[in-house]
Amino acid sequence: MRKYIIKRLLMMVLTLFIVATLTFFLMKMIPGSPLGNTMKLSKAQQLAVEKQYGLNKPVWQQYLSYMTGVLHGNFGMSYQYNSTTVASLIGHRVGPSILISFQALVLGVIVGILLGCVGALKKGTWADATSSTLAVIGISFPSFILAILLQYYLGFKLGWFPVASWDGFPSTILPTIALSAVPMAQVSRFVRTEMVEVLNSDYILLAKAKGLSVPQVVSHHALKNSIIPTLTLIGPLAVTLITGSMVVENIFSVPGIGELFINSVLANDYPVIMGLTMFYCLLLCGILLLTDVVYGLVDPRILSKEKGEH
Amino acid sequence: MAEDVLTIKHLSVDFKTLEGTVHAIRNVTLKLHPGEVLALVGESGSGKSVTTKTVMQLLPKNAEVVSGSVEYEGRDLLKLPEKELQKLRGNDLAEIFQDPMTALNPTMQVGKQIMEPLLQHQDINKEDAKTKALAIMEKVGIINAKERFKDFPYQFSGGMRQRIVIAMALICHPKILIADEPTTALDVTIQSQILKLIKQLKDELGTAVIFITHDLGVVAGIADRVAVMYAGRILEFGSVNDIFYHPQHPYTVGLLKSTPTMEMGGGDLESIPGTPPNLINPPAGDPFAYRNRYALKIDFKKLPPFFKVSDTHYAATWLLDKQAPKVHLTDKLDQRRQHYAKLVEKEAHQDD
Repeated sequence: MRKYIIKRLLMMVLTLFIVATLTFFLMKMIPGSPLGNTMKLSKAQQLAVEKQYGLNKPVWQQYLSYMTGVLHGNFGMSYQYNSTTVASLIGHRVGPSILISFQALVLGVIVGILLGCVGALKKGTWADATSSTLAVIGISFPSFILAILLQYYLGFKLGWFPVASWDGFPSTILPTIALSAVPMAQVSRFVRTEMVEVLNSDYILLAKAKGLSVPQVVSHHALKNSIIPTLTLIGPLAVTLITGSMVVENIFSVPGIGELFINSVLANDYPVIMGLTMFYCLLLCGILLLTDVVYGLVDPRILSKEKGEH
Repeated sequence: MAEDVLTIKHLSVDFKTLEGTVHAIRNVTLKLHPGEVLALVGESGSGKSVTTKTVMQLLPKNAEVVSGSVEYEGRDLLKLPEKELQKLRGNDLAEIFQDPMTALNPTMQVGKQIMEPLLQHQDINKEDAKTKALAIMEKVGIINAKERFKDFPYQFSGGMRQRIVIAMALICHPKILIADEPTTALDVTIQSQILKLIKQLKDELGTAVIFITHDLGVVAGIADRVAVMYAGRILEFGSVNDIFYHPQHPYTVGLLKSTPTMEMGGGDLESIPGTPPNLINPPAGDPFAYRNRYALKIDFKKLPPFFKVSDTHYAATWLLDKQAPKVHLTDKLDQRRQHYAKLVEKEAHQDD
């Protein structure tokens, strides 16, 4: 297991390097410059500013100096926010993003498992149909439309929740619900399929033949086996949440990294774009590694296979 | 003779499918004597498993019991509420499945799975249940039971898993054990070990066994009585000797003839021509008539009743009617008889 984790960590470093390189050159290909929109500056002033930030050098030199900085733990300064390092900017903004993504993941997974179980256990009834319909809505509805609907009806019309502010738990509720639709839908479909299969398996019949009641069969034998494969979904789901949260954060004015990312792209704030891309990349790789490790811990069969292979 | 442990009377079960209603078993009547092994023999789809699944009341949802009764200790299992059935399953009635690779929960320690019926049916604390589980694990031949208690099914071989399934089935000392092709998925050497184990344990516990198989070699080794099933009906039943030495139904004869033996050498293996009838529209007469060389006209029209051959031996074929022409079915079986006699003798020696 340790060997496996070390191997994965090394792969992560390589991934980060590739992503950083690609992003750097792609970013430079975007038209416009950090000061392109500032018509008020004279040519000389522009050159002076470009020189100050090293933007007058060839791209490959900029790349080298940036990467050297990164290797020394220096991610540069933001162009937009005066005299703030990228690291501290992300540090300040990451809290709200992680909070709503995590809440959405937990909510989505729990509701999804419940809906999936109901669908499988009551297969072919109205309960199953309801759960399927909810899942289809969750998958096919873009999260920003759901966000706007929630904002309009629950926030504006009914006034139950803050519309767009960042002030304690109540203001996290709507973004959380908006973000949780996709994980809820995917998990419920997945759990339903798994559970239908598990319920048809021999060991479930054997459990019944032992004299267990249906609730006992489900809780002792079916549930764990149906949920374990769902763990593999959580990695990709976390990815969806983090990317999806950019838009939702903007709608609800959540001061998170998603909002920061959009603003930095709009303003050509190169160091922030780079820093955030690498941060996202690190986060995703970490989550994927974590799911694999957890999967190994929960399902005894996986670990033994890893032992055999590595 | 003591009272029967289980009496199945006139049992008929249908399955509703998209193509139509499948008449899976028809008018099945069987008795299980205390402590005996009753073998249900027949090819795939003949209704062996449906019969036992009906006894356990573990039929799939699309199955429907059309008629009949299953009496156990004076009660009809088909009329018992689910709660009462749960008290019987795993406690009085236990089942061993065909494939040990899929019969165990992959993510639960085997020890826990073995303890489960005990904790379910008896007022017992976990400590005592564990002691009993370890005892039965040793009894079914799991070496180092204590260390292996916490292992998961994937850490066991097929034969070992079947031993675990047997331990689970027998831990509550059931009155009836249903063994649904328990050795079909195992290789031959393991097969004989498992058969011996089942025999030894059922003698020890006095359990009556319904043994489903399509392998007549297995039947010769383990069964006291045999019921031959075909297309959802019982065609012939009798003691092992009746069935092996004096088979009356052409289907039984066909089955016996198509079993390979060592003595045959390079000769051709006989087979029964044709395939079993579609059970959505079962034939009116003897279901085997269409594949039967000796079929009489009446076989296609009217279902033969059971003709008594001896006190223990009955067969449903018109060939046994007084007016039927005399045919000698068993020419080629004579050499086989000797072979089976040897088999039985060998088993007896091994038991000594």
